[in-house]
Amino acid sequence: MQRRVIFDNKLLPYLLLAPQVAVTLIFFIWPASQAVWQSVHIQDAFGLRSEFVWFENFTAILTDPNYVSTLRITAVFSLSVAVLSMAVALLLAALADAKIKGAAVYKTLLIWPYALAPAVAAVLWMFIFNPEIGSLGRLLNAMGYNWDYRLNGDQALTMVILAASWKQVSYNFIFFLAGLQAIPRSVLEAANIDGAGPVRRFWTITFPLLSPTTFFLLVVDMVYAFCETFGTIHALTHGGPGKATETLIFRVYQDGVVNNDLGASSAQSVLLMVILIVLTTIQFRFVERKVHYS
Amino acid sequence: MLTRRTLGLSTAAFALTVGLSGAAMAQKTVIDFWHGLPQPLGGQLEQVVKGFNDSQDKVQVNASFKGSYPETMQAAIAAFRAGNAPHVVQMFEVGTATMMAAGPAIKPVHQLMAETGAALDPKAYIPAVAGYYATKDGRMMALPFNSSTSIMFYNKDLFAKAGLDPNKAPATWPELVAATKALKAAGVACPFTTSWPTWVQFEQLGAIHDTPFATQANGFGGLNAELKINAPLYVKHIQMLVDLQKDGQFKYGGRDNKPDGLFPSGECAIIQGSSGLRSRIVKEATFAWGAAPLPYWPDQIKGEPKNGIIGGAAFWVMTSPKRTPAEYKAVSEFFTYLAKPEVDSKWHMDTGYVPVTFKGVEMAKASGFYDKNPGADVPGAQLTRTPTTENTMGLRLGNLPEIRNIIQEELEKAFQGQVTVQQALDGAVQRGNVVLRNFERANKN
Repeated sequence: MQRRVIFDNKLLPYLLLAPQVAVTLIFFIWPASQAVWQSVHIQDAFGLRSEFVWFENFTAILTDPNYVSTLRITAVFSLSVAVLSMAVALLLAALADAKIKGAAVYKTLLIWPYALAPAVAAVLWMFIFNPEIGSLGRLLNAMGYNWDYRLNGDQALTMVILAASWKQVSYNFIFFLAGLQAIPRSVLEAANIDGAGPVRRFWTITFPLLSPTTFFLLVVDMVYAFCETFGTIHALTHGGPGKATETLIFRVYQDGVVNNDLGASSAQSVLLMVILIVLTTIQFRFVERKVHYS
Repeated sequence: MLTRRTLGLSTAAFALTVGLSGAAMAQKTVIDFWHGLPQPLGGQLEQVVKGFNDSQDKVQVNASFKGSYPETMQAAIAAFRAGNAPHVVQMFEVGTATMMAAGPAIKPVHQLMAETGAALDPKAYIPAVAGYYATKDGRMMALPFNSSTSIMFYNKDLFAKAGLDPNKAPATWPELVAATKALKAAGVACPFTTSWPTWVQFEQLGAIHDTPFATQANGFGGLNAELKINAPLYVKHIQMLVDLQKDGQFKYGGRDNKPDGLFPSGECAIIQGSSGLRSRIVKEATFAWGAAPLPYWPDQIKGEPKNGIIGGAAFWVMTSPKRTPAEYKAVSEFFTYLAKPEVDSKWHMDTGYVPVTFKGVEMAKASGFYDKNPGADVPGAQLTRTPTTENTMGLRLGNLPEIRNIIQEELEKAFQGQVTVQQALDGAVQRGNVVLRNFERANKN
């Protein structure tokens, strides 16, 4: 049986839709079309002289060996952040889902990091990892391990991955916890009676039933790692040393805002948008087939 | 998606609120002045502005802090695009070429002064300062205000501990290398570091050794300049830093002024950085310290070491479709006040920036400031020790902030041992030249 809402007034549905459409137009379509326009122009910083250059900005970007390495770093960074934050969140959610004393307190504490601004979180991490003033940084150096993320690209990348993942763990945790709580107890109890141990129960029942949540989080985490980790990287490493922690979004900012090269920056924005659309489409098309919706 | 238009919109909205609150003040001409100095310097600058506001009753200058220098530049550019540029903006020295190429977006100071019948004598300014902000034929494009230069600070206590003469700073690079060796042998974890790696170890190095940083007289001759920082002097110098770093005699402390804190905390025995670091050292250091000019390479120099170049910022006048002659007149009165030697020398003595006018230097001298503060005259002396040449006037390169970042990135690759020094500097030249060509193309008329 199909239920339909009937609107007598022809205008009302449009009116109800209007705010959402307006928001999309003003905050997405309009700036995005500006970016597309800018990406095919070369312009001075003050916008006084514009030259239409077809796809020159794109060819310049795509033939830049530094851009290719930035792509690679972004891939490593985003996958690491997505996998790490989901794995840790799932572990914590599984533990918090158990019947333990003070579960509400743990749950609240685990959600806290999500309330922090990325820059604040980054400063906290700096106080841990800075070689001179950071607690862990000093300890590592005192132990004879040469820790200095300002000069070691791998260390810098590890640090920003940790910092970016940590913030996302809370978000993933909430969703995993909700997902776990939605799994019918009766199924788990039946498996228990059939003699399945906790590990087997997790992999054959819990994990497949969680897959819609996992899939949703994979998409959200990838988008997060691509776009929202800017503040973390900006506050911790500024993309350095060298270009070791420069992700696509950081370079968009660097070229557009710092270097005043709007053409190159917009071309990268457009490329980034295309990459994200392709990525999300792939995820929905192929990963979703393996997802069990209940 | 980050676009300039959206930035411009929010700035415009902000400017509107400022404008409305300004309208409440009766009949005074209101001038918006955006600056990029954080506390405590920002507060001191606002005191200077207050001094002007109190000195007359026709003009009200509203100073507002817009973030760091690059952020202030972004805000000004976005505001201009939205048709709401501030009357006056403080712009760091490396933004000079970008501002000069901005054409109708700015009003050159010499033109402003001529139109409003005010006087501004370029010869009143120290040549290393005036040259940075003047056209090739000597007309001032911006009003010089807070200028610094880079010098060396050293920890006298650690020098004594290492058996070095605490009253004699290393004057040449070989002497400095020997000193860092002694400091390391005495157990100092960080004998030597540098702030502003590009400004100090490239731009100043080139000026002091009268060696070009770029062709076309460091860009003063035209937009078609090309970088020259893979010349033997630079390779030798950076190789020395990389070698020292490997031996633990030099510590790379990060980009821009990030390493500043390593000296006042007592961790590093020697730092080369902005003369403006002085006020922080005075406040925080718990040891005896000294200031000295930057060292030089005796075998890379003909005659005496030349004057260093400046850093810091100048004040630019921006245009807007709705500007009135009265507003320009008010700006010119503001500038005339700022150019007074007493304002200049007070600012210098309060902050650690160098005096920018000859009269300002004399007034500071006459007040006995240098007798009470030994070493405070080092930056001024280093700036004025020789007549300027085309290699010591400063740099006039488009998008220099971007080039500075490129150099820092390539430098970090060399310090990590990923590439040789020659490869790093060749890479910096190649990438930097791309930036210069893009700027040339975007700004051709």
